[in-house]
Amino acid sequence: MNPFTYERASDAAAAIGLAKGSAAARYLGGGTNLVDLMRETVERPEMLVDVTGLPGRIEPRADGSLLIGAAATNTALAADAHVRTQYPLLSRAILAGASAQIRNMATVGGNILQRTRCRYFYDNAAACNKRQPGAGCDARDGFNRYHAILGASPACVATHPSDMCVALAALDATVHLDGPAGPRSIALADLHRLPGDRPDIETELQPGELITAVELPPLPFARRSTYRKVRDRASYAFALVSVAAALDLDKDGTVRDVRLALGGVAHKPWRASAAEAALKGRPAGPESFRAAAEAELAAATGLRDNAFKIELAKRTIVAVLGDLTGDEA
Amino acid sequence: MSAQSDAAASRPGRWQPAVTQDPMLHKHGALGQPVSRIEGPLKVQGKARFAAEFPYEGLCYAALAFSTIARGKITALDTVAAEAAPGVVLVMTHRNAPRMKAPSLMMSSPTAAGASDLPVMQTDEIHWNGQPIAVVLAETQEQADHAASLVKADYAPLPATTSFEEARKTPRQLDNLLGQPPVVEIGDAEAALKGAAVQVDQIYRTPRHNHNAIELHAATVAWTGDELRVHDASQLLDLTAGQLADIFGLDAEKVRVSSPYVGGGFGGKCLWDHQILAGAAAKLAGRPVRIMLSREGVFRIVGGRTLTEQRVALGASADGKLDALIHTGIVAMTTHNSCPEQFTFPARHLYAAKTIRLAQEVADMDMLANTFMRAPGESVGTFALECAIDELASTLGLDPIELRRRIEPEKDPTSGKPFSARHLIDAYDRGAERFGWNRRSATPRQQRDGEWLIGMGCATATYPYHRFPGGAARIRLTADGRVTVSTAVHDMGMGTATAQAQHIAARLGVPLDHVTFEYGDTTLPRGVIAGGSTQTASIGGAVIAATEVFVEELLKLAGNDSPLAGLSLAEVETRDGGIGHRDDTARFESYESILRRAARDELVCEAEAPPPAEMEAFSMHSYGAQFCEVRVSEITGEVRVSRFLGSFDAGRILNAKTATSQFKGGIIMGIGLALTEETNFDPRSGRIVNASLADYHVPVQMDVPAIEILYTDIPDPQAPMGARGIGEIGITGVGAAVANAVYNATGKRIRDLPITLDKLM
Repeated sequence: MNPFTYERASDAAAAIGLAKGSAAARYLGGGTNLVDLMRETVERPEMLVDVTGLPGRIEPRADGSLLIGAAATNTALAADAHVRTQYPLLSRAILAGASAQIRNMATVGGNILQRTRCRYFYDNAAACNKRQPGAGCDARDGFNRYHAILGASPACVATHPSDMCVALAALDATVHLDGPAGPRSIALADLHRLPGDRPDIETELQPGELITAVELPPLPFARRSTYRKVRDRASYAFALVSVAAALDLDKDGTVRDVRLALGGVAHKPWRASAAEAALKGRPAGPESFRAAAEAELAAATGLRDNAFKIELAKRTIVAVLGDLTGDEA
Repeated sequence: MSAQSDAAASRPGRWQPAVTQDPMLHKHGALGQPVSRIEGPLKVQGKARFAAEFPYEGLCYAALAFSTIARGKITALDTVAAEAAPGVVLVMTHRNAPRMKAPSLMMSSPTAAGASDLPVMQTDEIHWNGQPIAVVLAETQEQADHAASLVKADYAPLPATTSFEEARKTPRQLDNLLGQPPVVEIGDAEAALKGAAVQVDQIYRTPRHNHNAIELHAATVAWTGDELRVHDASQLLDLTAGQLADIFGLDAEKVRVSSPYVGGGFGGKCLWDHQILAGAAAKLAGRPVRIMLSREGVFRIVGGRTLTEQRVALGASADGKLDALIHTGIVAMTTHNSCPEQFTFPARHLYAAKTIRLAQEVADMDMLANTFMRAPGESVGTFALECAIDELASTLGLDPIELRRRIEPEKDPTSGKPFSARHLIDAYDRGAERFGWNRRSATPRQQRDGEWLIGMGCATATYPYHRFPGGAARIRLTADGRVTVSTAVHDMGMGTATAQAQHIAARLGVPLDHVTFEYGDTTLPRGVIAGGSTQTASIGGAVIAATEVFVEELLKLAGNDSPLAGLSLAEVETRDGGIGHRDDTARFESYESILRRAARDELVCEAEAPPPAEMEAFSMHSYGAQFCEVRVSEITGEVRVSRFLGSFDAGRILNAKTATSQFKGGIIMGIGLALTEETNFDPRSGRIVNASLADYHVPVQMDVPAIEILYTDIPDPQAPMGARGIGEIGITGVGAAVANAVYNATGKRIRDLPITLDKLM
């Protein structure tokens, strides 16, 4: 770990002022990923600005939306009564991630901005375009079981590791930012980038910008929603594939609306828009679920160790939608 | 034999291995009781000091920089930035390291402890990806870690063999397999296989595994003049001290190594480069040094279990008798170590077959020396053999337990020796009844719960009995009737100190709270290593010998005024805090009384264990039957172990609580072996890619169901206390029990560990 200075900010303006838009500053949430990366000297900030003292309230609003302060812990968000009843997929996604101890530390803002767990990214002895643009990618022909099957590029096949973000993507979450140029908002689905030829640039955040809150629009049918995470180890492992889904059925069993997002498959939380389009207006059932899954994964490509994830993603989509159909009360 | 007989004849009542039985075989006392760990309160209060917790004046902290190539030479080593970093005391490299002898390979001499015989930081040569190239000493651990990250090296790489597929093209024959012949042939097994009515002939593969004890490898090292003091985390104290003396050119008594508490050993807590480097750096700096490896450091410089590729071929008659048993294969190894993962060992002893062929060879690679890891050989060997037995049972249409009943041998199938004790079928019967084996459907895919297919499997567990010679024990009796028994042995968390205190209390006939067991320090009488599940029996042998001397000395002290006057060793026993005639309850005198009358404050006796003649005369092994129930998702292929039961036949159980924990621990490690553990060794670079607990998956709580443990508790008449080792057998057979259960659930045979979900989709 390189030497650094540590400052604690009392509010967003103070945090942004302290960081001064410097590339050498990092905002510190729970530190559950950033500190690991600093230990590995992959991240070498000169200054940490602790933002855990910023607002972390979880506020249901009159219009049915939910405003979540970026400093809310993962544990608090997963346990929130409103989240558990109105957005169960979000609570389940968070609880599927990490361990209780890590969730107690991790913040919503930090969870969104966590970096890939590709081991070649963590190992300074390996070639990694994300760590060192132009260096090459040892993962492409190496151990890539946890790597992308959708949206990857020759430069990078890494995945975004968050479970929470998969649920947020399905829920059309908006991310509120503040920064040297003032506040703005961006859809979560647009925040993370695909790797292209610049996998080192992972989000649309500008230098010095800070996530201040996440907003979930009302989505009444999300009461019937879930999250399924598939992995060899029953806990404390990243997803090979995960599926967040919410389903709205007509009385006759036709899909009125659906939200579907995938984790463990791409450089960003993957909103399954093609599958959603294929499902709307179709009868809920294994055939249409499978057809939708096929549509979403049509563009998928497998690497040495992860080709099975294409079929796994399809099967998991079908299983999750099937469960939600069966859940009809 | 004759010398021993003469000695025995001159001292009737003495234990003669293979000839007489330990007189304690049927005496119980505190033995077997579920006594809680003696050191438990210290540990939970944080008062038990581990290797990296000893304070020293002027202590500095070490961090390592590792090579990033597998083979070649260092052409440039830039330590300027590291030396200039805050708090740095010095940077040691091959350029300024003290000159040291290379370690000698373990078992090559009585003091050899080297996991490899490569010299440590003496030249510019690189032999594996991850080899230490620099040691940084600094005032704090953080400063040392930071400075180590600033060390930069350039290399001239040499062609390296980092692909097993390449290495195996030129296999090397071994001249021995841990002292056993690498090839065993009885009859013409290949011909018998061809002619057999039923055949199973399959290849099984197991991957590399790494040691991941919770306590990171660590040592605190201090020099006083030419005396070296090492606080280590060790399972081989005396060997480490002897080897360090040799490396640093010291007389053996100049090195003291202690290790009272160890946070998990499993074969990994031996002598690796870090203790040697810490000693060298401390010498260079003239200050005490603490080194604690990072988790990545453990992966880089502490070896693990090597990969295996095994063929098991079974030829059987229609009634389930084996005409041929073939178990052959190859493992990856290096030219600088000797750890051949003896996977053919189980097949030497388990089953009766008309013909047998066993053979294994090695493929040399440029990699870190692989090493012992819980049941080296047997853990992965039983995976292949016990899966093949299950496959044969399916082919024959026999219940797999019934098949084992039919191939149960009457004597050791390869050595021809009688078994000292063997109750494998008994263990199966007890386990099957308790587990509800009769509810298993012989046909796969018959039981389900929604998307989850449910299946049961079983497999044999086995691990040899060994007793190492050379260990000694000292008994000190004080006037208050308390005893202290001392020997330089190890407790890595498995309960050695507790079980031995129970043993000593029972053997000397004193209450448990009158016993102190001293261990974990090379200033004590020479001990044995804690490896190969040998320590308990080996200590037992030494304590028996010391007790014989102790009783004889007390009889001498008792003299003519004692009720014991004129009695000899053969006529007496220890009981009720003293010595009494075996048959005459009136003839008794307490230890305190004997010392008092002799006007003695204490009596100290020391003796060395008699040679392990029982191992020569008998085939001695522990056995067990592992039962597993799994649930496999038909959608995702995820495997979850839902029930597990281990039924063991390991001789007398000395402490029901610590033994049960140790069996369970082995089974949990076996669940990791079956389902998740795999070291990702990148064949392009020879580098371990998943060098962290986040990426190397050991089982977590949710992967481990309730585990039930049964044991026969039948004493082995040839073993001290009747106890065979239990440290390693728990992991054996687990991989096969899980794989066989997966087959019963899904109808799919997975012969390639770990059983990850993609293999079942």
